[in-house]
Amino acid sequence: MRLTPKQKHTLRVLLSWGAGIIMFFPIFWLVLTSFKTELQAISVPPLLFFEPTLENFALVQERSDYFSYAINSVITSFGATLLALLIAIPGAYAMAFWPSRFTKDILLWMLSTKMLPAVGVLMPIYLLVQKAGLLDTRTALVIIFAMINLPIVIWMLFSYFKEVPKEILESARMDGASTFDVITKLLLPLTKGGILSTALLSIVLCWNEAFWSINLTASDAGTLTALVASYSSPEGLFWAKLSAVSTLACAPIVVFGWFCQKQLVQGLTFGAVK
Amino acid sequence: MKSRTIAFLQAPSIVLLLLWMIVPLSMTIYFSTIRFNLLYPERTGFIGFSNYEFFITDPGFVSAVINTLVLVLSVLVITVTLGMALAVLVNFSFRGRGIVRVLLISPFFIMPTVNALLWKNMFMNPVYGLFSVVSTFLGMEPIDWLANFPLGSIIIMISWQWIPFAFLIFMTSLQSQDPEPLEAASLDGANAWQKFRYMTVPHLSRAIAVVIMIQTIFHLSIFAEIFVTTGGGPGFNSTNMAFLIFSQALLQFDAGVASAGGVFAIILANIVAIFLIRLVGKTLVV
Repeated sequence: MRLTPKQKHTLRVLLSWGAGIIMFFPIFWLVLTSFKTELQAISVPPLLFFEPTLENFALVQERSDYFSYAINSVITSFGATLLALLIAIPGAYAMAFWPSRFTKDILLWMLSTKMLPAVGVLMPIYLLVQKAGLLDTRTALVIIFAMINLPIVIWMLFSYFKEVPKEILESARMDGASTFDVITKLLLPLTKGGILSTALLSIVLCWNEAFWSINLTASDAGTLTALVASYSSPEGLFWAKLSAVSTLACAPIVVFGWFCQKQLVQGLTFGAVK
Repeated sequence: MKSRTIAFLQAPSIVLLLLWMIVPLSMTIYFSTIRFNLLYPERTGFIGFSNYEFFITDPGFVSAVINTLVLVLSVLVITVTLGMALAVLVNFSFRGRGIVRVLLISPFFIMPTVNALLWKNMFMNPVYGLFSVVSTFLGMEPIDWLANFPLGSIIIMISWQWIPFAFLIFMTSLQSQDPEPLEAASLDGANAWQKFRYMTVPHLSRAIAVVIMIQTIFHLSIFAEIFVTTGGGPGFNSTNMAFLIFSQALLQFDAGVASAGGVFAIILANIVAIFLIRLVGKTLVV
């Protein structure tokens, strides 16, 4: 049997929607479960229709102040991303336009530092943070998250900057523009899309970082990943409450991601993956 | 530009990353040669390679190395294959394409801890999990996924999260593929598979390098998913390097042995890094 082009198109549309729905289904189910009572959450067969309840959310908010965790997550992920960009932009600029014969090796070395498992250096970092009096502070998390993401940020910026013709920058420099001006007035506006998508990726990675925030924070600087972890062990059996806290923890970044996905795609199309 | 300015601009990132690497690394190496148990702070002193010996002879060591590599490789194969398939599938215009794209990307934004708990409770639970409900419905015995296929279950969870990443990278890369040669190839009688194999895949080579590099970086030290689901078990069946070190450090409080493990993990990461850089590194920075 041969399909007409029209049938082929319809089939492809159906397959695409099917794939999207299957990939998204676990998230849908998580949100649905957060509106169930504990008994409904573990009922067999699973309930698709039920009377939704908000008691899980109320309980989570009552027991642990959701908003203080959410604010910590926002401050640490945006702060760390900003810090990483500030350090990375000059470096990537120099490497992209005035590469030396070591530049490639330096970039690969930077990426390879990310392969070191965090647990391998947990003790030293913990002791250093403790000595500096920064345990359970947002400052510690901002610095650590910035360092963790720095290699990827530099590498992405490097690939975006390389797309800019060097002559444009050269002619501006000929006209007497300072390095600072060349970067802020010319390079950054030209690579805005790439910088935004780098920032988005970094924010998502910081938001979801679990290892350091669980090990270095308690009640003051705890982020949403720490909040979820604090519910996960003793509440293992209370699946509806766990779903509610998970929904609350993921909703901001997922919605943020939806709004920014177009930007992310456009940014990635130039530079890094081209 | 003066070479001094160039050096000055690069200095912050290079110096900071060097410090970030060297300070903890040298402390880890130092700790790995001394007696350092948090439960017995009075026991101190240099003990040479004993911590290393202890870590290597740990019954979980060999499994941890194998599991780490199996995990990284399986997830790579699954995510690259399915990510590419999905990217090719939705690479045409239709109503609702934007929504389908959002649905496909969303899992990437979910926290690893939430991801693991979600699969553990909603799908893999042997009593009320959807997998067991479906298999009971089909007349099969429900399976306790995490007990019977611990590593496989973790591979599923991580793949679900990272297929969207591969999809995203491949999709953006496909958008920059010039459609004209493809049409010309069709006119010359090339079939869909030939166009995919000889035109699309070469076009995606850089995207493939990006996906392999970034995912390997993240998956060598997978931790949260194991921590909240199997706890490395049963036995050592789902213990990877990161989790083995964690259990030495925080469950047995032996910072010395954990540091020796950290050194091993770093060596393992470097071996993988050398292979990777040989394989894809050159495409990455050109």
